[in-house]
Amino acid sequence: MDPFLLIRLYFEFFKTGLFSIGGGMATIPFLQHMGESTGWFTNQQLTTMIAVSESTPGPLGINMATYVGFETGGIPGSLAATLGVITPGIIIILIIASFLNKFRNNRNVEAVFSGLRPASTALIVSAGLTVAASIFFTSNNLSPDSFPAVRWPTLILAVAAFSAMQWTPLKKLHPICYIAAAAVIGIMFQF
Amino acid sequence: MKFYLDLFLTFAKVGGLTFGGGYAMLPILQRDVVEKKGWVTMEDVTDYYALGQCTPGIIAVNTSVFIGHHLRKIPGGIVAALGVVFPSFVVITLIAAFLANFDQLPVVRHALAGINAVVVALIASSVVKLGKTTLKNAPSLCVFLGVLILGELAGLLGLPENTPAGTVLNFLSNPAVLVVLAGIVGWLLFRSRNRTKEGNG
Repeated sequence: MDPFLLIRLYFEFFKTGLFSIGGGMATIPFLQHMGESTGWFTNQQLTTMIAVSESTPGPLGINMATYVGFETGGIPGSLAATLGVITPGIIIILIIASFLNKFRNNRNVEAVFSGLRPASTALIVSAGLTVAASIFFTSNNLSPDSFPAVRWPTLILAVAAFSAMQWTPLKKLHPICYIAAAAVIGIMFQF
Repeated sequence: MKFYLDLFLTFAKVGGLTFGGGYAMLPILQRDVVEKKGWVTMEDVTDYYALGQCTPGIIAVNTSVFIGHHLRKIPGGIVAALGVVFPSFVVITLIAAFLANFDQLPVVRHALAGINAVVVALIASSVVKLGKTTLKNAPSLCVFLGVLILGELAGLLGLPENTPAGTVLNFLSNPAVLVVLAGIVGWLLFRSRNRTKEGNG
């Protein structure tokens, strides 16, 4: 194992982690550039890696880093890439968190957070809508002239699951139960 | 030491049950970290989530570091981060080594289509609970609607990026930009409000 390759992997992913703001999808342009400049992987391979990362548990950005790292340098490579992509975030958040502890009860800070909470809620709704649009319709194009067909089975499953979650006897059920049941239903009914 | 193990394993569970981006971890966080362990409140999670969106790095990792730091300072933050990435590390390494065509397997595609539908329902359910604490008054509701509309407008109108309006809207639809704007608006809207509340109390 070439130690220089590991150091390069770590720093390439450190850069990705440092400059991608807003989650896993934000890392993709950086990864495209990384593939082109280092020759570690082609765009074709990157597409496969994105598809696999999306079909496995875990945050997308982490899955991508682990995958690229493994393909480039085996298990040490995946370790270097994963640690690289999370290091900047860890350092920055630890600094912010310690400042936050000091100023948490400051009136101005509290006012800023009063604005952040509804914004954060809206961003979660927005992310949910994006996922919903991509799985409930057969095309992402929502313009009237090419109105996409509805994927009824997934829509019905989502509505049924949501209703079940609001029903008091099932409220205590852990999300894992729904995820496991959904996987079984998806396989049984060939979603 | 026992606490750190608990912290690591709890976040490993969160990471292992997150299908999709950082938003998909919310229902699991809500159930395990807020309701079961009582480590943080849902309001804390919302704050961390907002900050995690406008800081560099992976949202899921950033949010975990915040919670870990809240519990056990720097070691807590690092242990939580390592916990949340651990399942990805194991699963992806195994798949990359043994199942190169994993995403093409019919059984995986069918299972995932089902899982994604339920993830949307889980997020919707979490948002309903979340909204009860974060959208309690008119100004909060305005910020919520403002961010939601600005975030979606660029995509819905589909303006080309080379027009001035398209450029502005695309810039505004960036979550990091929206979080910063909401912070400023919050400061302007709630500064005087909190002062009156203190005066009354």
